[in-house]
This record gives sequence, C-alpha cells and structure tokens, in this order.
Amino acid sequence: MSEPVLPVSTVDALADTPPMLRRKPRNLLRRLLTNPLSAAGLILVCLAVVAAVLAPQITPSDPLAMTLENRLAPPSAEHWFGTDDGGRDILSRIIYGTRSSLLTALGILAMASILGTIVGLVAGSCGGWVDEGLMRITDMFLAFPALVLAMGLAATLGPSLFNAMIATAIVWWPWYARLARGQTLQLKHEAFVEAARIAGASPIRIAIHHILRNCLTPIIVQMSLDIGYAILTLASLSFIGLGAQAPTPEWGSMVSIGRDYFLDQWWMVTFPGLAIFISVMAFNLLGDGLQEALSPRLRR
Amino acid sequence: MGTFILRRLLFMVVVLVGMSVITFSLTHLVPGNPARLLAGQHASEEEVHAVAVLYGLDRSVPTQFWIYMNGLLHGDFGMSLTNRRPVMEDLRQFLPASIELTLAAILIVVVIGLPVGLVAGVRRGKPSDHILRFLTVGGVSMPIFWFGIILQIVFYKQLQLLPIGGRLGILDTEPTQVTGFYLIDTLLDGDLSTFGSALVHLILPAATLAAGSLAVVTRMMRASVIEVLDADYVRTARAKGLSRAAVLRRHVFRNALIPTTTVLGLQIGALLAGNVLTEVVFNWPGIGLYAVNGIKNLDYPAIMGVTLVISVIYVFVNLLVDIAYVVLDPRISFGGAAAR
Repeated sequence: MSEPVLPVSTVDALADTPPMLRRKPRNLLRRLLTNPLSAAGLILVCLAVVAAVLAPQITPSDPLAMTLENRLAPPSAEHWFGTDDGGRDILSRIIYGTRSSLLTALGILAMASILGTIVGLVAGSCGGWVDEGLMRITDMFLAFPALVLAMGLAATLGPSLFNAMIATAIVWWPWYARLARGQTLQLKHEAFVEAARIAGASPIRIAIHHILRNCLTPIIVQMSLDIGYAILTLASLSFIGLGAQAPTPEWGSMVSIGRDYFLDQWWMVTFPGLAIFISVMAFNLLGDGLQEALSPRLRR
Repeated sequence: MGTFILRRLLFMVVVLVGMSVITFSLTHLVPGNPARLLAGQHASEEEVHAVAVLYGLDRSVPTQFWIYMNGLLHGDFGMSLTNRRPVMEDLRQFLPASIELTLAAILIVVVIGLPVGLVAGVRRGKPSDHILRFLTVGGVSMPIFWFGIILQIVFYKQLQLLPIGGRLGILDTEPTQVTGFYLIDTLLDGDLSTFGSALVHLILPAATLAAGSLAVVTRMMRASVIEVLDADYVRTARAKGLSRAAVLRRHVFRNALIPTTTVLGLQIGALLAGNVLTEVVFNWPGIGLYAVNGIKNLDYPAIMGVTLVISVIYVFVNLLVDIAYVVLDPRISFGGAAAR
C-alpha cells in the first residue's frame, strides 16, 4: 500500500472499499447470534475447538492406554461413554478425535481452496485458451461423484489419514476454481480494476491486489459451508478403512471398529457417530448463518 | 433439441475419455511397482517380470495407455487381484444389487420428499416448517454409515422387526437370475414368500441410503414451492377462482418440480457414493461392498473398475436429467431462443 507511484496507490485505496460486503466483525457476530440455529452452531464449534486445543488437559485418561481387564465396559461414572475392545476410554478418544477431524478438515479446505483459487484466478484473468483448457480439466474432475473419486485416489495413495486428506483435496479444488473464476470474470470489469489497469498496474498486481482480495469473502463463505462436509467425507473414508488406522483416535475408524461389537456394546458406535453428527451439524448451521450474514445473494 | 442432445453426447464422450485418463494415471503411475503388486508380495524377480510382460507393464507409458483404453472399449477392466476373475464379470454380478438398492432409495426420496416439501412450503413459518428445517439440516449432517448402524440397533436388536442385512434370509433360496433385481426375479419365479423376504431386507438399507438425499430434495422442494407461490400465474389462477387444491396440483406442484428434478439428478451421484457406505453396513452384496473388499486387499483393478462404472452411470444419469428438464419445462428450448 506504500507504493511511490501515486495513481496505483490511490486505486489500491479504492480497492479497500470493494463492492463485496465488508462488515465489522462485531456486527457480524451480532447477526450470527440473532439466529438461534446459527448461534447454537457457533457455540458448538467453539466447544469443539476448545476440546481440540485442550485435549491433553481435559481428557479423563490416555486415549491409547489399554486396560484389558476393563475392555468393553458400558458407560459408567468412571467411563462416561464406556470403553472399547482394548479397554480404552471412549470419551477421551472422542475428545482427541476432535483434533484429527478439525485439523484434517482444515487441511483439505486449505489445499483445495488455494489450488482452486489459483486455477480460477489464472483462468479468469488470462481468458482465451488458458481459460478454456483449465476449465475443461475442472469439468472433468466435477464429472466424478466426489466421494467415489476420493475413494479411488485414497486407495491408490495407500490408506492413511494424510493420504485421505490429499485425496479429498484433489477432489474438491474444482469447486473453488469455478467460484474464483466466476468472481474474477465479474470483478475484471469493475471500475476500480479498469482504473488500476489504466494506471499501469501489471496483470499480476491486478490479479493479486485487486481481484484476489475481493474474491476472498465468497471463498471464505464457501469454506465455512464445506468444512462440515470435509469432516463427514474424512470420517466416511476412515470408516471404509482408507483414513486413520486403528488405534488412532479418529471418529470414523472408531465407528468402524465398533461395528464388530455394536449389537451388544452399542456405546462403541453410538458416541463416536454422535460426535461426527453433532460437529458436522454445528459447522453446517454456522456456515448457513455466515453465508446469510456475509453475502445474502450467494445461495447454493 | 436434437443438436442439444448430440452436443451433450459429444461432451459425454470427452468426459469419459478424461475419466479413463484419470483412472489410468491412478493405476499405472502410482508410486511403487504395479507388477510387483499384481504378482503378490512373495513373488520372485522373474515372476514379477513375467507379470510385467503379461500386462504390458514393461512398455512405454503411451503404449500402456493404448492397451488400457483398448481394453476398456472391449469391456476389459483388468483382472481382480483377489479372485483372479475379470473385474467386468464381478461388476456384472454385483451391479444389479446396487441398482436395486439405489432405485429403492430414489423411490423413498420422491414419494416422501416431494409431498413433504410441498406441505412445508405451503405452511411456511408454521411450527411444522421449523421442525422440518431442523430435520433436514440433521439429515445432511448425519454420517449415513452411522445412521444405518443405529437403525440396525433399533429395528433388529431392540424391536426385532427387520433383518440385520443381506439381500435374503439364510433359509431363502436365491431366485433364478434374470434381471438380477430380486424383487423382479422372485416375482418371475412366482415365489411370493421370497419376494416378501427380499422386500423386507431392502427396507433398512434403502432408508439409510435415502436419508441424506431426502433432506436435500425436501429442502429444495420447499424452496421452489415458496418461490412458485409468489409467481404471478399462481395469483392469476387463484383469482380466476380455481380451488386451492387445483392450484397446488396444477400450478404449484408442477412448476416447483422443475428445479427439484435437477437437484434430484445431482443427488444420484451422492446416492451412488452412499451405496459404498450403506452396502458395508448392511453387508449388501453390491459393487460398493465389492470395492471396499478391494480396498482391504489392495485390489486396484477392482477399485478402479467400481470408480469408473459409478462415474459412467453418474455422467449418463446427468444427461438424462438434462433431457428430462427440457421435457418438464416447455419454456426451455435448446434451439437457441430460450423464452426465459
């Protein structure tokens, strides 16, 4: 912003009041809290984040510690959610599972959105055959049902949580590419971009300083809508054996292990599944609320 | 209309080629030695080499791609590494079970989702609408594999009403294979008791598979009903004295159906993917269970075969949805002059 050339910096200042809605954070929070469902989502998400950060402090016992004489114990005062086939405390494992779920979901979104935004920005800015080529590749990926392609990819890469994360990101970037390209095409002809171009800003400078900055709001909204599905997809991959491997405390694989015992030891599947359910729902409610508060025009 | 379908068919060919490029890259360019994988862990160097020659894995990548594509065009998906049968044969055996399950789920989605969405839209803002909104958010957030297990606990363990899984009971005899759909084959055999058993076995898996899509479709139907209710032609229809039921049936329902059909079509992709999870939970012998068993045994040709088949079905269904769109909505024409 401290460019010596006056016109460009003036235009940069213009870009700071973009057409996209930019609200004060406090205002945004108030809007979120007025809707009871979004407020519930926000509170649950905060709880999940706290649980993930403070996992070592708040878990009653070590999530990996085996106590075989205590295996398959039903919920009790000592083990609120019971124990699993290795006598491990299920509550502690669920709390630790919050970590891997949140981190991998964020990893997916970060990778997918960065890759997708770069592709979309380049396609939209360049136009012509570059745009055509990049968007046809994007269409190709979108032609697959997402979970099925992720399954194929994860299987090829080899079963692990990290590979499941990579596979899901590879399946998801095209959505961000489309979004970023659409935004770029729209912004390209805005007055402040034209002005920057006339003032002699390079195409790269325009793409980064003027277009990318104004793409960010819809991309962040999309990420907030997607994070729940990212958690769900990872849990699903883990459930069919492609994500975290036992005995890693991960919700999907906990349900998978619990399936061998579910008729008599119902707690082994019920609680990890509930954890997935509630956290995905919390993020979905929060995402819906954010979308409504930030950009009412953007509807899926 | 003709050129539109032709253009879509052409695009479909391009997509299919692209898909085979992607699956080829996955199977042939993976880190590690595919020949060693095919030959098995304990094979000697010579055996690995023999396998490489047999499958053309020692040739250049373009040649390998040519061999792969040639095979695909002839319905050759390669050999399953676990049972040493052509993957194509396995798929042919397991696919009908998956399609039967998917169709049953679609039936549930349509029969419940459309009317419920209509009612919710009409009763917007009433308590029943709020309850429904909560249920639909829950529906899309629920891990379906977990929902299936909960249904098993409730309906099999607790209530002892429905079977836990599989397509038939242990004592039932399999029907003569004609269509591969047990509901049809048992009727063709005239075996009503087995038909009943097949139907009962279908209920829980179909309900599990349908749950997520049911939420999405109901939500979409509600939104389109609300939009249509505000349209001028609905006001006109009311003004000219049509009964409430006639307006709902003739104008609101039909027009709200158009955007909902598209969403329903897109949901088929989700249903096909959901098959994988549902089949594992209910031990349903379809291609999803086949794929997951493939995953456990690192059977790449089997996994890729399932990926490709599901994707092809998905692309094809999307084409059908686009055509249905034109048929349902007389305002859209692809001759060039769209009246919208």
